Amino acid sequence: MSVESFVKLGAATIASSVRAREASPSDMIRASFARAREIGAGPDGLNIYLHSDEQATLEEADAIQKRLDSATDAGVLAGVPVAIKDNIASLGLPTTCGSKILAGYVSPFEATAITRLRANGALIVAKTNMDEFAMGSSTENSAYGPTRNPHDVRCVPGGSSGGSAAAVAAGITPIALGSETGGSVRQPAAFCGVVGVKPTYGRVSRYGLVAFASSLDQIGVLGRTVDDAALGLETIAGFDKMDSTSSEADVPIYRLSALGGPAPDKRGPEAAAIEAIRIGRTSVPIPPPPSTSTLAGVVIGRPKEYFPDSLDASIRDLCDRALDRFRSMGATIRDISLPRSPLAIPVYYILAPAEASSNLARFDGVRYGLRVDPGNGLKAMYEATRSQGFGPEVTRRVLLGTYVLSAGYYDAYYKKAQAVRTLIGDDFRSVFSSGVNAIFTPTTPTTAFHVGAISDPYEMYLNDIFTVTANLAGVPAISVPIGRVRRLPVGGQIITAHFDEYTMFRVAYALEASLGAEAHQ
Amino acid sequence: MSRERYEMVVGLEVHVQLKTRTKAFCGCSTDFGAPPNVNTCPVCLALPGALPVLNERAVELATRAALGLGCKVNPVSIFARKNYFYPDLPKGYQISQFDQPLATGGSVAIGKNDAGADVQIGITRLHMEEDAGKSIHDRYPGATALDLNRAGVPLIEIVSEPDLRTSADAGAYLRTVKQILQYLDVSDVSMEEGSLRVDANISVRPPGQTKLGTKTEVKNMNSFSAVERALEAEFERQCALLDSGGRVEQQTLLWDGARETVRPSRTKEGSHDYRYFPEPDLLPLKVDEKWIGDARSHLPELPDARKKRLVQEFGISLVEVEQLTATPALAEYFEAVARVSGDGKAAYNWVMGEVLAVLRASSGDITHFRVRPADLAQLLNLVRDGTISHTAAKRVFALMVETGEQPAQVAADEGLLQVGDEDAIATWVDEVLREHPEEAARYLAGEKKLQGVLVGFVMKKSKGRADPKRVNQLLSARGG
Repeated sequence: MSVESFVKLGAATIASSVRAREASPSDMIRASFARAREIGAGPDGLNIYLHSDEQATLEEADAIQKRLDSATDAGVLAGVPVAIKDNIASLGLPTTCGSKILAGYVSPFEATAITRLRANGALIVAKTNMDEFAMGSSTENSAYGPTRNPHDVRCVPGGSSGGSAAAVAAGITPIALGSETGGSVRQPAAFCGVVGVKPTYGRVSRYGLVAFASSLDQIGVLGRTVDDAALGLETIAGFDKMDSTSSEADVPIYRLSALGGPAPDKRGPEAAAIEAIRIGRTSVPIPPPPSTSTLAGVVIGRPKEYFPDSLDASIRDLCDRALDRFRSMGATIRDISLPRSPLAIPVYYILAPAEASSNLARFDGVRYGLRVDPGNGLKAMYEATRSQGFGPEVTRRVLLGTYVLSAGYYDAYYKKAQAVRTLIGDDFRSVFSSGVNAIFTPTTPTTAFHVGAISDPYEMYLNDIFTVTANLAGVPAISVPIGRVRRLPVGGQIITAHFDEYTMFRVAYALEASLGAEAHQ
Repeated sequence: MSRERYEMVVGLEVHVQLKTRTKAFCGCSTDFGAPPNVNTCPVCLALPGALPVLNERAVELATRAALGLGCKVNPVSIFARKNYFYPDLPKGYQISQFDQPLATGGSVAIGKNDAGADVQIGITRLHMEEDAGKSIHDRYPGATALDLNRAGVPLIEIVSEPDLRTSADAGAYLRTVKQILQYLDVSDVSMEEGSLRVDANISVRPPGQTKLGTKTEVKNMNSFSAVERALEAEFERQCALLDSGGRVEQQTLLWDGARETVRPSRTKEGSHDYRYFPEPDLLPLKVDEKWIGDARSHLPELPDARKKRLVQEFGISLVEVEQLTATPALAEYFEAVARVSGDGKAAYNWVMGEVLAVLRASSGDITHFRVRPADLAQLLNLVRDGTISHTAAKRVFALMVETGEQPAQVAADEGLLQVGDEDAIATWVDEVLREHPEEAARYLAGEKKLQGVLVGFVMKKSKGRADPKRVNQLLSARGG
């Protein structure tokens, strides 16, 4: 497997060639690590990887090979290298959340999402850099230094899943797991020119995802293509008894490659039916292959609040081009309003820090992680450990969250923010119940900015202005590349109703197919 | 006396450990006494990424407790996080319930007032929560050790209304609640093992005043009597403060049993802001009406109902039934003996007398008592039909305790079957009169009160086999 050809392969192609014995799992792992070295994924280069162990991953690749040799089903991700954001607990590699307070911490248990990836043959190649505890929009808040954008090393990759987005953009892995609390998969996907999906809240188990804001957190998938993201999500989605907030809703087949569509697994529609049975699902819909009439009957809403006058004109033009493509594939574009969306940022920055202040209380120097003990009592140990262990953004949010939950402020902040959160969700519900199937918006108001360019926290928070509403409402959303502005990628966002990832992927596939190479021009 | 110028106002918070096999939010064992930190997992150690999953059995037991205490079980209740830092609290918050508890509005009767009416004590709320671990300060010099086996064990907290007016009432309330929980079989309710803990809120006010005074919270009592003594001490302290023109300060106090006094807690708990908010890792707890109805219809018989029934069925007195129903196990033992023997009075005498005496002497437990109720009942029957004497029965009982054998068998083996034969008794009587010439002479001279002494000698001589009725008759005949 040459590195040159490896970087272009989608996950479905890798798995099907491994299962067809055209290449071995270790070929794929060696190619992935070769690409990581070539592009400089380490701390001296793009700083994408925090932890990796090529030797250990090669041994796991041999185990997958044995499964293949013994004619055991090696899984839909057989031999596919996957990178994991460092706030998802993994066996073997450390889980530090990009924080000094967890330096060297290795989890004794594994996240359900990773267990499911492994069960389907995937190989974990690395834990990726991130904003500390997922708090940030640029990966500059990592205690281990910023990650650089593979498209322009002067720029940030976005965040907080910046390392995972960069790994996919750099061709190191076709799939990476990220996590979202407020846009942390979609925004870096947009900045890095890859696909990023945030599923419905409850679609993927949070067991093993280190909590930031539990009512918003959700593991998401970054992929080179919509099919990569769909395949990754399909693998990790579904009820888990270890997470009481995970949903028992059925998981349809999202990936077009199961149909033998434009993705490389050309096996015809009957193969899809066999596939459905093989993975234990029957009679599930699979997105139709894109054509000029793929979106016939589909109503796509264009919310005016997400196209403000201040929006960068070039980004607006790329969005208009995407909307034209939807029309040309038979969709109806409808102007809609999500009137409470402008309240999302203040609501988010009350609720997320409130939950974070409680979730991060366990990092106290008592049981694991960093302990700084000046030797004059318990309180001094707590203060020294947390002051030295947490970076400035985490400290800011813990303080903010503690404040808004305090006696006398709870009603004015937390309670009111919860009420507004409900209203934001109501906006989405009323749009989707009025016949709109999907909503289209720009993913971010700008393209990737230079490392160090934004020092005002509030200005940084505005990066998430178009994405954070989906987290507050709990609905699924995906960012798809729709072109470039001044050589930097731009993402378009597709949002659908709760648990309707099927329609979201269907629209995303259509857009990706219709833009073709233009998506990256 | 302070009691004339001030009235004591007390509300109690009772924390009860539920009798579940596993913890409230993970699968770890709740076994008491395991080596430190053996019963732990990522969830109860609060490792990064772990999530709580509610133990349904804990909900069942909490619901049963709520119904038994006359509470309304709310169809939806919300778990909340109570945030504070302490090393034995791994997550930095305790999962509890706050503004929407599992149950509200119950009451228990703790006895009768002077007018003969029930004294009802209101229960404000009953909520579910998890226990913290244990900090061990005296094991390693200069360091505190942690045992997190208890972290995450399910508790209920039962909060009373400030309806208690005396320390004796507080004691009665605690005994009543404990008894109800025992009957419901939801907890071991042992203060020694920490499965029942009590905090008291106390204030004072002049009689007739409706407004409540400033309260203090008293903790660290290790028995019900300690609660009563702590309340007395704190009452006197508050009264003295007010009498000297001072004010009661809202604070947390610790009972010092050795000094019989309260002292301020070092950690200023009163100043804590727990920053409660709904626990986002758990869904709202929903219990439907049918489920509550099922739980209600499966409630075991509660102490009051059992007392009424036993009085009616077995003709025992109110005082006697109180003793018999102290614990459900004792009540069940009594009931079985009474039912099989058909003699409530004798069953009461034996259970409260011989049985309890043996248990006390051996620190035994009625549930593991060697003599089965049916066997004791048979023993009672043997006495009633004259097969053995009462005195012999005591000897038989002692042997039954040792061997666990049937009473008829024991009596036969030991030759204790009662002798009604006139000749045999007459022989014993004659022998006794011969062996005790002084008493015999006085008795025969008309000193009737010596008859009892002589009967005793005969019984002893016959090893309890002589029928005392016949002995009396014979003696009377000689004396007459």
